Amino acid sequence: MGRFKQRDIISIRRFNKEDLLYILDLATQMEQKECTDLLKEKVLASLFFEPSTRTRLSFESAMKRLGGTVIGFAESGITSTVKGESLSDAVKIIEGYCDIIVLRHYMEGSAQLAADVVSVPVINAGDGANQHPTQTFLDLYTIRKTKGTLEGLTIGFLGDLKYGRTVHSLAYALSYFSAEMYFISPPSLRMPSDCTEELKDRKVKCHETDSLMGISKKLDVIYCTRIQKERFADPVEFEKVRGIYRLSKTTLEEAGIKDNLKVLHPLPRVDEMDESLDNTDYAVYFQQARNGIPIRKAILAAVLGVIE
Amino acid sequence: MKHLDVSAIKDGSVIDHIDSKSTLKVADILNIQNEEQVVLVGMNLSSKFLGKKGIIKIGGKTIDKKEVDKIALIAPNATVNIIKDYEVVKKFKVMVPDIIEGIVKCFNPNCVSSQYQNIISKLHVINKNPIKLQCHYCERIMNSKDIVLI
Repeated sequence: MGRFKQRDIISIRRFNKEDLLYILDLATQMEQKECTDLLKEKVLASLFFEPSTRTRLSFESAMKRLGGTVIGFAESGITSTVKGESLSDAVKIIEGYCDIIVLRHYMEGSAQLAADVVSVPVINAGDGANQHPTQTFLDLYTIRKTKGTLEGLTIGFLGDLKYGRTVHSLAYALSYFSAEMYFISPPSLRMPSDCTEELKDRKVKCHETDSLMGISKKLDVIYCTRIQKERFADPVEFEKVRGIYRLSKTTLEEAGIKDNLKVLHPLPRVDEMDESLDNTDYAVYFQQARNGIPIRKAILAAVLGVIE
Repeated sequence: MKHLDVSAIKDGSVIDHIDSKSTLKVADILNIQNEEQVVLVGMNLSSKFLGKKGIIKIGGKTIDKKEVDKIALIAPNATVNIIKDYEVVKKFKVMVPDIIEGIVKCFNPNCVSSQYQNIISKLHVINKNPIKLQCHYCERIMNSKDIVLI
């Protein structure tokens, strides 16, 4: 089919439902079948201007598991950007050394900027508070795998919905699957109005609230996020909301939940999810992190055009 | 209002059917304070379609595409008349283009186009009436109240 060959992966908005399902199905195949040399002689440039553990390591691991090679850096302090080099110049030079670029950068729109100036495909691994499309693919993959379907689910998004880029992207993607959404956050961390307006334009039933009380029984999935200290300019504002939610086995069961509720989290967590949850059937966040490998293998193979 | 007829300047441009409240914004776009030839600005003139309209006449100037695109964002009903030797040689309604480059600033201070001065801003027009723009880089959606012209 080749529908992803040489395609930039910048934003989940650029994909339709068939695209999303294509990658999920490919990831299922990747998980079931060992393919060790699909990307032999291909080079991935892994450019992380902002810290990352899961995304960077799972991309690098996925590339290596498919027989490819990885070059790159994990912090901007060791690059020529400290000498004042622009992002455009940096990626124009690096494209000569690789077949594909994975980029994380603190500025929103940086991945699109890179994609505009290079001819190799660019995968956005997070651009500030904007998009993180491969996380969305693996979130969808995890939901489908653990719930058996993506269609018609009721999803609660909990925590930092203002700056949480994974929430914005996942909510958009789930709009293709007739999801009903509850946005649970303190007032200062509500979903940006442009996101909720866009969802309403797409006929999504969405509700905003500041507590799980009264809605927990309706939820098939809770997508919990960390309140990100690094996104707050004012530490006082951060202190007002830190620790405001703490999910534990007891709090969930006392609130009343469906037996087959699944709790996802893009990780890292701080104190929003108690360790008592880890060994329950609700918790799928470690599995979710592991799903980064088949999803990123699928995306790399599809974009590099080695798989139909 | 015979004396405001569009053919009343010898050569130049007449921007008519401006929403009256937007007249001075259009005047700003056209940078009229630096014009040396005749400039006439009319506001609150009666109009069949708009109720009240504005009109601007600038002698010796043919307005360019960038100015027309900017005017379209501020005064979407405006018409432009190009005058040569007292005759209207070209008349057209302004049109919001599908892509707006280099004339509107992205309102997101964290956008790469706001941070780097060498990046030309680029916005996709996702709705023309009411105007809705989406930044090519950070994907934020802007309404008319968010528009800041460069």
